[in-house]
Amino acid sequence: MSEVKDIEILIIGGGPAGLSAAAAAADLGASVLVLERDGKLGGQLVKQTHKFFGSKKQYAGDRGFQIGDLLIGTCENNSKVEVWSDTTALGIYEDGVVTAERDGKHLKIKPKKIILATGASEKMIAFPNNDMPGIFGAGAVQTLMNVHGIVPGKRVLMIGAGNIGLIVSYQLMQAGVEVAAIIEAAPAIGGYLVHASKIRRAGVPILTSHTIQEAYGKDSVEGAIICQLDDKWQAIPGTEQDLKVDVICLAVGLSPLTELCFQADCQMKYVPELSGHVPLRNDYLETTRPGLYVAGDVSGVEEASSAMVEGRLAGISAAFSLGYGKDLAPKLQAEALAELSELRSGPAGQKTLQGIRKLMDKGEALC
Amino acid sequence: MLNKTGIPTAEDVKTVTPSQERLNKGPVAIIECFQKIPCNPCTEACKQGAILPMQDINDLPKMNFDNCNGCGVCLSRCPGLAIFIVDASYSATEAIVRIPYEYVPVPEAGSEVVGVDRAGKELGTFKVEKVQSGGPKNKTYTVWLIVPKEMAMDVRSIRLGGVRHAN
Amino acid sequence: MRIEEHPILDFKRGKEITFFFDGQEIKSFEGETIAAALHAAGVRILGHSQTMHRPRGLFCAIGNCSSCLMVVNGEPNVRICVEKVQPGLRVETQQGKGCLK
Repeated sequence: MSEVKDIEILIIGGGPAGLSAAAAAADLGASVLVLERDGKLGGQLVKQTHKFFGSKKQYAGDRGFQIGDLLIGTCENNSKVEVWSDTTALGIYEDGVVTAERDGKHLKIKPKKIILATGASEKMIAFPNNDMPGIFGAGAVQTLMNVHGIVPGKRVLMIGAGNIGLIVSYQLMQAGVEVAAIIEAAPAIGGYLVHASKIRRAGVPILTSHTIQEAYGKDSVEGAIICQLDDKWQAIPGTEQDLKVDVICLAVGLSPLTELCFQADCQMKYVPELSGHVPLRNDYLETTRPGLYVAGDVSGVEEASSAMVEGRLAGISAAFSLGYGKDLAPKLQAEALAELSELRSGPAGQKTLQGIRKLMDKGEALC
Repeated sequence: MLNKTGIPTAEDVKTVTPSQERLNKGPVAIIECFQKIPCNPCTEACKQGAILPMQDINDLPKMNFDNCNGCGVCLSRCPGLAIFIVDASYSATEAIVRIPYEYVPVPEAGSEVVGVDRAGKELGTFKVEKVQSGGPKNKTYTVWLIVPKEMAMDVRSIRLGGVRHAN
Repeated sequence: MRIEEHPILDFKRGKEITFFFDGQEIKSFEGETIAAALHAAGVRILGHSQTMHRPRGLFCAIGNCSSCLMVVNGEPNVRICVEKVQPGLRVETQQGKGCLK
């Protein structure tokens, strides 16, 4: 029998949401344990070379990796925060025990509260030869380039003109890799237009209403056939183009990593605006399983800025429910909620707001 | 069209361009930010009272061109690299365009580079007047290009890969 | 290929390490994943699928998708995108499910 680790708040995932949650809960006096399956904390933040948007409260103007370093430092220097890296959470059980694996060892943890900040994983799209070596998720390209300093190839076709597709295209050019084109099936660019303009003036065409028909190559990618789509999203014959590329990068969206939510029996709902199945939760991000909170992309795919604020909100709320910050916590909760609604108040935030409304609408089917 | 191609149209650009009279007076910031997104570092960067405070963080930046002295602090702070400084008073026929730059190699002062427009189209070979480093944290370089006056509102970047040698 | 010059990032590479890919010597740096080291050396076919024998490459690089499974020191199904290089490691292309020895 392995021994059970007792902790007040267990945070699963050490990315922007998890680290913000850890810092906020520890600041109020709670003892926190963060589980991170990677060897290094910071999640996707450490791969972001661009300056963040938002306001000063969300570190706007600092680059993603710099914000990552800052959050990591805050947690490492806080004696209330313990970090287990290279540790993968495996399950959340009915008696409240959470199991995890590290170095082949099975670990048991008994937290009073849990915050899930597991993030999201990359989506795939269907086209012939989409399993060929040389086709990467955008996150993989970022990991190779910005963590290890290794380029994925010489010439890239980027699929998807959302923020990730635009940002990774820019990062590829910063690493000296040619981007042949960015294609986007939708009729308009989904990401921030300032990102798009920055890439466009570097000479990269952004082709909206375009899709990939197939990838080709002997053993790995040597090219791709792309074509234009009509307003019913059907391929227009005769518009095919053959692009000689050795890398195809997919930036076609993310899905919340909700396996642990399902397994913990949280009530879930499929909400397209939030990019998949997400757990029901109250304003303070507590799910239908009491004491289990969510923050960041696992609660609906959004930006890192809002993930950090959600993390802070979940951390404060979990600590408050344990009796910490009796006077301060409600004020901090209100501040975080105000920041979230500010971040989501513009046109870019409408989709998230609509998604959250749908999620909490009692009329719709649950699973 | 901007949201289909990434290229701001002439009409878009017009909405952020100061009067010819103001352009001729000296350096001024051109904020080519045309979409409401939650972002406000430019308003905090400006100490001249030229970029007006936002009511809502999603507002588009608003300028009082008369207060702008073209210091360029906003240029190096804008997360979208959407701010340029144009100085049409540089000489009788030439203007300076300052552009944010985050690629390697960084051009050197005195060298010649190929300038491009908002679509990446080559507009000619221009001399680099000066290069400012953003410092170890900010890291965004500001490249000063000397361009013919009539191109001051068109040149917006440098062709990647530095100088292109004659064939 | 490794990036030597970058406008924003400085890459601090660890000590040089040598390991083996299908018997061939590969140079890499301490702290790199096997996937990163193989890509730096231009290797991107990591195995073949079980039924159709189609080539398999890196896809997610964070241990999610299982596209990068290889045989490492005789052990099959190692996710080389999250497994770090070690001196003398024997990494082999995996065919199908792999088998335990």
